[in-house]
Amino acid sequence: MNLDSKVPSGPLEEKWSKHLNDIKLVAPNNKRKHNVIVVGTGLAGGSAAASLAELGYNVKSFCIQDSARRAHSIAAQGGINAAKNYPNDGDNIWRLFYDTIKGGDYRSREANVYRLAQISNEIIDQAVAQGVPFAREYGGLLANRSFGGAQVSRTFYARGQTGQQLLLGAYQAMMRQVHEGKIEYYPRHEMLDLVLIDGKARGIITRDLVSGEIKRWMADAVVLCTGGYGNIFYLSTNAKNSNVTAAWRCHKRGALFANPCYVQIHPTCIPVSGDYQSKLTLMSESLRNDGRVWVPRKKGDNRPPNQIPDDERYYYLEEKYPSFGNLVPRDVASRNAKIVCDEGMGVGPTGYAVYLDFRDAIKRQGVKTISEKYGNLFDMYENITGDNPYEVPMRIFPAVHYTMGGLWVDYNLMSNIPGLFVAGEANFSDHGANRLGASALMQGLADGYFIIPYTIGDYIAGNELPEVKTNHEAFDEAAQNAQQHIDKLLNVKGEKSVVEFHRELGKIMWDKVGIARNAEGLKEAIVQIRALRDEFWQNVRVPGDQANYNKYLEFAGRVADFLELGELMAQDALNRDESAGCHLREEHQTSEGEALRNDEEYSFVSAWEYQGVNGQLQEQLHKENLEFEFVELKQRSYK
Amino acid sequence: MADTFTIHLKIWRQAGPDQPGKLVDYTLDNVNEHMSFLEMLDVLNEQLVAEGKEPVEFDYDCREGICGSCNLMINGQAHGPKALTCTCQLHMRNYSDGDTIVVEPFRARAFPVIKDLVVDRSALDRIIQAGGYISVKTGSAPEANSIPVDKAVSDKAFDYATCIGCGACVAACPNSSASLFTGAKLAHLNRFPQGEPERRKRTVAMVEQMDAEGFGDCSNFAECEAVCPVGISISAIAEMRRDYMKALVAGEEA
Repeated sequence: MNLDSKVPSGPLEEKWSKHLNDIKLVAPNNKRKHNVIVVGTGLAGGSAAASLAELGYNVKSFCIQDSARRAHSIAAQGGINAAKNYPNDGDNIWRLFYDTIKGGDYRSREANVYRLAQISNEIIDQAVAQGVPFAREYGGLLANRSFGGAQVSRTFYARGQTGQQLLLGAYQAMMRQVHEGKIEYYPRHEMLDLVLIDGKARGIITRDLVSGEIKRWMADAVVLCTGGYGNIFYLSTNAKNSNVTAAWRCHKRGALFANPCYVQIHPTCIPVSGDYQSKLTLMSESLRNDGRVWVPRKKGDNRPPNQIPDDERYYYLEEKYPSFGNLVPRDVASRNAKIVCDEGMGVGPTGYAVYLDFRDAIKRQGVKTISEKYGNLFDMYENITGDNPYEVPMRIFPAVHYTMGGLWVDYNLMSNIPGLFVAGEANFSDHGANRLGASALMQGLADGYFIIPYTIGDYIAGNELPEVKTNHEAFDEAAQNAQQHIDKLLNVKGEKSVVEFHRELGKIMWDKVGIARNAEGLKEAIVQIRALRDEFWQNVRVPGDQANYNKYLEFAGRVADFLELGELMAQDALNRDESAGCHLREEHQTSEGEALRNDEEYSFVSAWEYQGVNGQLQEQLHKENLEFEFVELKQRSYK
Repeated sequence: MADTFTIHLKIWRQAGPDQPGKLVDYTLDNVNEHMSFLEMLDVLNEQLVAEGKEPVEFDYDCREGICGSCNLMINGQAHGPKALTCTCQLHMRNYSDGDTIVVEPFRARAFPVIKDLVVDRSALDRIIQAGGYISVKTGSAPEANSIPVDKAVSDKAFDYATCIGCGACVAACPNSSASLFTGAKLAHLNRFPQGEPERRKRTVAMVEQMDAEGFGDCSNFAECEAVCPVGISISAIAEMRRDYMKALVAGEEA
């Protein structure tokens, strides 16, 4: 298979404008003759659906939530990057591009990342015009703050709810088009299969989550904006309904899955308190500016933290990384928390937590200053844990937060299946092996507002798309396939609940395909995942029936897909015999414990082709070589 | 591990929209203070599935208080006893051993029950569809800093924009009015210079849609403000009324 990224030739800064000059257009009166399906209504899906409808296409929009406004983009806190250079601190498109590609540890495509930086400014204009209430200065102009991995202030924010406000902007634009009759809107519908006719994506199969009905939908192009797969770990900061099913079913129809092993783990989350725990809550990374991270030096020391004298505390980040201290990047902080807990120094009832202590900051700055900076976070922490962080140290632990991998796409954001476009976290394109803070919102909206609407026109104008009906045999086959999968799940009638399987899968993934990986552990994980998958199909119990609202049935389908994806993630992590960004192979570290890349052998995108599952998952690896024409590859160091 | 305690539940069970419903008793004896309310229901459901019974259906997604999916009436209070807190952020440490908790759906004529505790809130989407936006096509926006906005105005707009669309205001209102929801969106958009051109049209369209969906009128009970998990002020409703009257006087057609 030839993986053609279709990156235009020419200087970096001219590629996108040249491409826009070259691509084909669909005449205004012809757009209304074309149907586009958009799956998912987060930042990418909401913005794509609205923009395509504004152009005149007939759009059908689907989401699993009861309203488009509830997509998980809503939970993003920090902000959105753009190269506006309003603070006059020397920012520009090149710097945003460079920081993003370096932050991704040189495992993303130069041309895509540069385009992202170019588009970033238009996103801010668009959002402000929609009425997104970004933070402002007293003069009435927009405010900026700084964020990890950058030396300039380029992050626009709306308190700690930037994702919510940007999503509501896209949602409202989308609702306007629903009102105009240009978007048909189907909440509580889950995509279960992709329909291919003559090798092209021509429709989808959904399950109506209220009636249980399997439905067929025809289109000239399908845009998948279904988010990431972090929920494979069972416990993550993702919403409970976030899943890989739509993407995975496309993968099983031939779409390549790229870099599945790249998973970002956020260092400051509230730790697990027991088996009943359903998700992990993120505490802003900004807390590390004033909090000191430590564990007791003595293993199993269960004295209350305030009774442990300073010389018996192990401030491990400050000792190991004297120049960055508690402010090392996310991946380094996460890894070291795991190391001290694995060595038996962890705290709290489970032993899987470390202290984040504000005692010294309060002593130095006073309660008032600390409360002004972090009051809402302290309140949230106390609400969840019952502990008061002004008096006792917080307990924190890393949690899965974002997945950089996803379906492979070319420069047009089209997968290797003609007519199947993939945007936002669901694709693999822009973050390489590690995403910087405030870049996810930027990417989702760049894809949806400013890339897909143009590139889809090029595809539609340049391809023969004869009319198809939903009684075509390809629709029959896909609908039967979806139905059989549901019947199979309901008919196992075993003893063990879907949640137990998911929790067990999550534990395997966390222990062996998590913060740090090694060949031996990955091989064990593959064997364990296969065994768990076999057991699932022998012994899962799915209550209720299909023709009804049935959340357990929804989850069963998603866990079945996670049980396949998990094996691919382990296989990809095993195959990538180097460390890069968030992918740390213990065999490949610098003497300082940093990720050690092998650019000679691994400067490529791993794109996996599904070939069946029969006891073992069969996947064929294809490689897209990453060529760096404009940046020089360097080793990161935070000592 | 924290000590466990016992909770008695009376939960609304209803098989479908047209089926009769009733409160059903359950007892859970392994509740712990660190569980969220929804995690407590997860534990109940796992127990029901193990016994071969049908689990209780309820809506949820982010479980961090921002998506607006969760919507339970807990002992007659929307989102339960803790102020400024969504159901998903309510923790069991707010309850004691032996407590009885009645759990019902958010009830309103405009929120028909789908199953058990799950209701259809699509009427709220339709209010937004009627006019809850600033009509700006992708690509047509002016440079962001070409529209200065007074910081105080912008901050106030944010206070209203923070609505999560959960519908607690409707469920708590004796009239099942959606005035706080609708008023909050209007108070957000009508405040901005960008929102000014469509101000009258937007106000009338959203208010009319709210009526058409079968939501009641506001009689100033202020129950909505009391249960709102994000603290939206009832002054949004006063602003909505003023804008609505002004629009009608100015000849905007209802």
